Amino acid sequence: MCLAVPMQIVAIRDDELGTVELDGVRHEVSLMLIDGPQTGDYVLIHAGYAIERLDTHEADERLKLFRHLAALHQQETGQPARLVAPSRMGRESET
Amino acid sequence: MNYIEGFRDPAVAAHYRDSLARLGAELAHGGKDACFMEVCGSHTMAIARFGIRGFLPSGVRLVSGPGCPVCVTDPGYVDAAISLAEAGRIIVTFGDMMRVPGSRSTLAQARAMGYAIESVYSSATAMELARTHPDQEVVFLAVGFETTVAPVVAMLDGAIRQRIGNLSLLTAFKRVPPVLDALLVDPGIRIDGFLCPAHVSAIIGADAYRPYAATHGVACVVSGFEPLDILQGVEGLLQQRVAGRAFVDNQYNRVVRPGGNPQALGLMERYLEPVEVSWRGLGVIPASGFKLRSHLADYDACIRFGIDIPSGRPNPRCLCGEVLKGKIMPSECGLFGVACTPEKPLGPCMVSSEGSCAAEYRFASLKRRDE
Repeated sequence: MCLAVPMQIVAIRDDELGTVELDGVRHEVSLMLIDGPQTGDYVLIHAGYAIERLDTHEADERLKLFRHLAALHQQETGQPARLVAPSRMGRESET
Repeated sequence: MNYIEGFRDPAVAAHYRDSLARLGAELAHGGKDACFMEVCGSHTMAIARFGIRGFLPSGVRLVSGPGCPVCVTDPGYVDAAISLAEAGRIIVTFGDMMRVPGSRSTLAQARAMGYAIESVYSSATAMELARTHPDQEVVFLAVGFETTVAPVVAMLDGAIRQRIGNLSLLTAFKRVPPVLDALLVDPGIRIDGFLCPAHVSAIIGADAYRPYAATHGVACVVSGFEPLDILQGVEGLLQQRVAGRAFVDNQYNRVVRPGGNPQALGLMERYLEPVEVSWRGLGVIPASGFKLRSHLADYDACIRFGIDIPSGRPNPRCLCGEVLKGKIMPSECGLFGVACTPEKPLGPCMVSSEGSCAAEYRFASLKRRDE
């Protein structure tokens, strides 16, 4: 219910309406909850409205941290990563 | 750049698996364990979908709280919506309400009977329907947490400015902070940390959780919904628990600001006031909902059509109330997966795809396949 998708503003029609895009998919949304929206901004879309702006500087910083952690992990273990956790780490009562 | 894929990188998840294992060992060494709760249905879904519980060291539990607004909506609300449809109103709703059982039937069943019940993605569609059907009454089923409250109120603001007079809201808005308060004063519930919701927090701000850390000593991390966001969020909670500290950490700072979204909060303040409401499975909680302010009575479907929302009768064998409080896991309910399935849900947690039981049911088969 509270999912919101980060999409980029590609056109602004007036103060309130705009077109946003993600991977080539475009939507018409309301921008009235965003203060001073600009073409090129990333916004979170929920129920046909942009509910907040995505701060690309903060997002890029976190992605940089993630890449750094992955590189360190590969150095330490010398192993390719697996997403699936070993089952001994799972809580048996839940399975 | 789509700002999704980078937050799902398996190579980074491997780092967090090891980090959580190290912290788990430290926790056990200090003779402690930990119970964290996520209070957002989108977290519930992502945790099940990406197998996050498989990353938790022993001694660390992650339980689901009352994070699905559809699940906690009283069955009497569905009955009231259906009675409005029977009286000839056009009912407009988000899709996830369609299969919620009322006392007599679901909205989907009522629609199959021929009543005008429209399922939409955007609340703005309700305003469009009202504009294009000026001779009919359109009622929007305004269900949701703060994330959804903001766009619905924005839609209402548009309707008022466009002088659309045939649109009203049947409100079942819910507020997250008061239910956290209610959970923390329940002596039967132990919570060491909250994984705070991503997009509710985008509206209300990370500072909203300060009282839980300061007064109750509960660790709080606002986390995004992508798997790496959640893993980093759980790591943050575990670090606080190991260190014996409690503060508000904002892992989702690419979206969430300390004070939230002022545009959204301003509109909500102008149109809404807090009200005591009933949560399915939890009971009545003070100030845990929103109703329209009295000068907007024309837009309040209850006042406009003179109806009360009756208290519906839930199935007595259903343990959704215990699931919503994190006291039991879904599979500990005798109805789970046997009498109660997503195809034929008895309890609210099985209805919405974001309900704890539906998420557990859907993704348990994936877990079995992996093992």
